[in-house]
Amino acid sequence: MATRGTTEMTIGLAHYLTVSAILLVLGIFGIFLNRKNVIVILMSVELILLAVNLNFVAFSSWLDDLNGQIFAMFVLTVAAAEAAIGLAIVVIYFRNRGSIEVEDISTLKG
Amino acid sequence: MIAALAFYLFAAILIASAVMVVTARNPVHSVLFLILAFFNAAALFLIAGAEFLAMILVIVYVGAVAVLFLFVVMMLDIDFARLREGFQRYAPIGAIIGGILFLELVFVLGSWSFSDQASELRLSPTPGGGVTNAEAIGRVLYTDYVYLFQASGLVLLVAMIGAIVLTHRQREGTKRQDIAAQVHRTGSVVLEKVPSGTGIAALGIRRPPEPEAEPPKVTHEAGHGHEGHH
Repeated sequence: MATRGTTEMTIGLAHYLTVSAILLVLGIFGIFLNRKNVIVILMSVELILLAVNLNFVAFSSWLDDLNGQIFAMFVLTVAAAEAAIGLAIVVIYFRNRGSIEVEDISTLKG
Repeated sequence: MIAALAFYLFAAILIASAVMVVTARNPVHSVLFLILAFFNAAALFLIAGAEFLAMILVIVYVGAVAVLFLFVVMMLDIDFARLREGFQRYAPIGAIIGGILFLELVFVLGSWSFSDQASELRLSPTPGGGVTNAEAIGRVLYTDYVYLFQASGLVLLVAMIGAIVLTHRQREGTKRQDIAAQVHRTGSVVLEKVPSGTGIAALGIRRPPEPEAEPPKVTHEAGHGHEGHH
């Protein structure tokens, strides 16, 4: 298990949190950037969930508490289910409309 | 020292491949960079000491989710050039919102510290003394969190059923076996008592009774041909 750093070169919790924050921001930026391509939006959501998992694992490691890793596993489960359902919806949307442009999905607007 | 260098290497590759995921021109390249990002995140998990979760990340994400993405990207015939039309239009607002969010996160990290009683507030402390990471997780997961574990299995089951129900389609004009119609079909097949020693030539060749005289329509609607028998 990782221990708290004493020398300068040792990796601390802040390093992990910084990487995780950059990953989260990149995921959100990707959602804005690829407004039309729903597959890349789903991939950006996966990046966001990966950032969340990185935070959980980092805190779990630095606090010596296993609960973070347990919760990260549940997040992984939900992410896999979300990817499966999301891609199934993309497939049937493409089958019905012939494209996956999500900007003009307004059928449910009423 | 080595661990620090490895951390910086894996973190740099992780962030670079995440950038490529969101900016790649071809979604197939996006999926491949996503796989690279997952591998590097698994390496970061390993450095943090979460070996089991690192392996799960490689198996679940790279082995299942990324391959699923790859299948869908390659299966759908998408005009990717048209999908990138609004790319420049949304880049500034995305950058502004991302920058604001990142600044907020930096402020939160700058003004945050562990509580004094953080070590007493732990729910399930990591057991020391030669207990591996996987064994420690198993001890907690299968005792304290067994109901949540079952519930997560239920989530996966519902996702599987949902994906099958959503994408399964009944196409017209395909021939498939109708077991109920086969079981209910009586009268067309009759058992005959053949006297021993005479052979089938004594009886003549038995055939099932012809249904009705409608030969050309049977080939036309092949799926409903069973109704003619009874």
